[in-house]
Amino acid sequence: MDDAGLLRLSCLELRALLDKGEITSFELTNACLRRIEEVDKKVNAYITVDRDGALMGSKKADEMIRKGESRPFTGIPIGLKDVLCTKGLRTTCASKILKDFIPPYDATVVERLRAEGAVILGKLNMDEFAMGSSTENSAFFPTKNPWNLDCIPGGSSGGSAASVASLTSCASLGSDTGGSIRQPASHCGIVGMKPAYGRVSRFGLVAFASSLDQIGPMTKTVKDCALMLNSIAGSDIRDSTSHPSPCPDFLDYTDRDIKGMTIGVPLEYMSEGLHNDVKEAVEGAISKLEDAGAVIKEITLPHTEYAVSAYYIIAPSEASSNLMRYDGVKYGFRAGDYDDLMDMYIKTRSMGFGQEVKRRIMLGTFSLASGYYDAYYKKASQVRGIIAEDFQKAFNECDIILAPVAPTPAFRLGEKTDDPLEMYLSDIFTIPVNLAGLPAISVPCALSSSGLPIGIQFIGPQMGDHLCIQFASFYERLRGNFGECPIS
Amino acid sequence: MKITKEEVSHIASLSRLSFEPEELDVISLQLNDILIYIEKLNGLDTSGVEPVTHAHDLVNAFRDDEVKEWLSNDEAMDNAPQSDNGQFKVPRII
Repeated sequence: MDDAGLLRLSCLELRALLDKGEITSFELTNACLRRIEEVDKKVNAYITVDRDGALMGSKKADEMIRKGESRPFTGIPIGLKDVLCTKGLRTTCASKILKDFIPPYDATVVERLRAEGAVILGKLNMDEFAMGSSTENSAFFPTKNPWNLDCIPGGSSGGSAASVASLTSCASLGSDTGGSIRQPASHCGIVGMKPAYGRVSRFGLVAFASSLDQIGPMTKTVKDCALMLNSIAGSDIRDSTSHPSPCPDFLDYTDRDIKGMTIGVPLEYMSEGLHNDVKEAVEGAISKLEDAGAVIKEITLPHTEYAVSAYYIIAPSEASSNLMRYDGVKYGFRAGDYDDLMDMYIKTRSMGFGQEVKRRIMLGTFSLASGYYDAYYKKASQVRGIIAEDFQKAFNECDIILAPVAPTPAFRLGEKTDDPLEMYLSDIFTIPVNLAGLPAISVPCALSSSGLPIGIQFIGPQMGDHLCIQFASFYERLRGNFGECPIS
Repeated sequence: MKITKEEVSHIASLSRLSFEPEELDVISLQLNDILIYIEKLNGLDTSGVEPVTHAHDLVNAFRDDEVKEWLSNDEAMDNAPQSDNGQFKVPRII
């Protein structure tokens, strides 16, 4: 089998080969590293490739497998969005301000995967501090969509999505504050899940907007997603917002029927502004699911149109506060030439942050400033409550919500970089989920007329991650084979 | 204009950021566009609605206050741009 043939297999299939001794993790990891060398110069998914660390990890994993201590991710090579702290391995957030930062500890999710013997290939590109929808805001370079190198991979977890799609990692982790896992997953033709808020520990995830951020799996299949969620989910004493409710075995939900269960389709998500190819994809999925015995019900989320406005007050407000820590004192970049402490802060931050990050810090500082707080931050927080209530009411009538992920297929590089507001509006269908703290999963659905992937999302009720997986997995089987990413 | 250039300068100073004059022009216009869009919220009556600042129902997470092993001083100082004698070094303040 050639590298691409091997790497096209799911983590679950690779698990079987590893455990049967048909391949070793060392061989598999080398195949990934060769593939990175071959393909990543075109895609640019990786900021850092940890060749030595990965090979060392693979040998350790082979030892575990040999001793019969194999666990779901033992020996599987994965990539991590460069927003997750990795002990001893540079973590940049795609920002100049952290370009040489070497974390002294692992994020909880990294620790858990490492403990299983997962092989960490390296760190994946993203929009600086996860702020963006195209990965063009990386301080280093943009990542390309493996399906069409003139197009964006989506963002902010664009590197994580592009690497799974171009087979330079077997699975990856991303983070989602307003759609940053689901939208790139949709644009790159892979599965991406934003778990319920609190389901996965955020310890070691560099904070953007703490009440919205969630880490989640980005994989080839829904089963792999369930497997990875099993490994990373669960409460953590180091994240006081992680939820104590017990986690079911998510893999257990991947082979279930959905006959007689109700799928809600929100009226507001299917209206104007939706690209025709996306609309057709979603409608196609709806009729397939209906034929398979699901009950389709039109529902309403009446305050959807306010979500982007509320989000672009709340997320920048939290960001402006979180990013105050980058002051050039304890870690990260410090400007070289300054008069006094204040001058050091200002020069460090002005030189270290990129344009979009500065814009959001400014917007957030404005929203929280005295005189504007009530009209902006407080108002947005009230609207957040109203949007969460819309979902609660909707879930009285249905088990799951089916919706488009992004209003259009992937756009071209440079198309929206001059107009921040236009870029913000590309997250219109993903943002409400973060405001309400709900779980949602994007699963590949169809190809556009120009051959770009289109995903659909299943949005679950509070802590209903298992339902997202159940429906997504059922739909994946129903859909059958999805086109093959053309990159070689 | 929703926000004047003077206000933008004031917000910049609160944010510990500085902008070149031409950057200030661009960011003022962009912030204006965004704030005009955000104004949409005023069309919604929120009187009597409780603000929601958190996505789930948990109120507090308590744990015992126990001393545990964490980073050594050296590890904590490893990324410091400037340090001296195990301490962070900053420009003179007083």
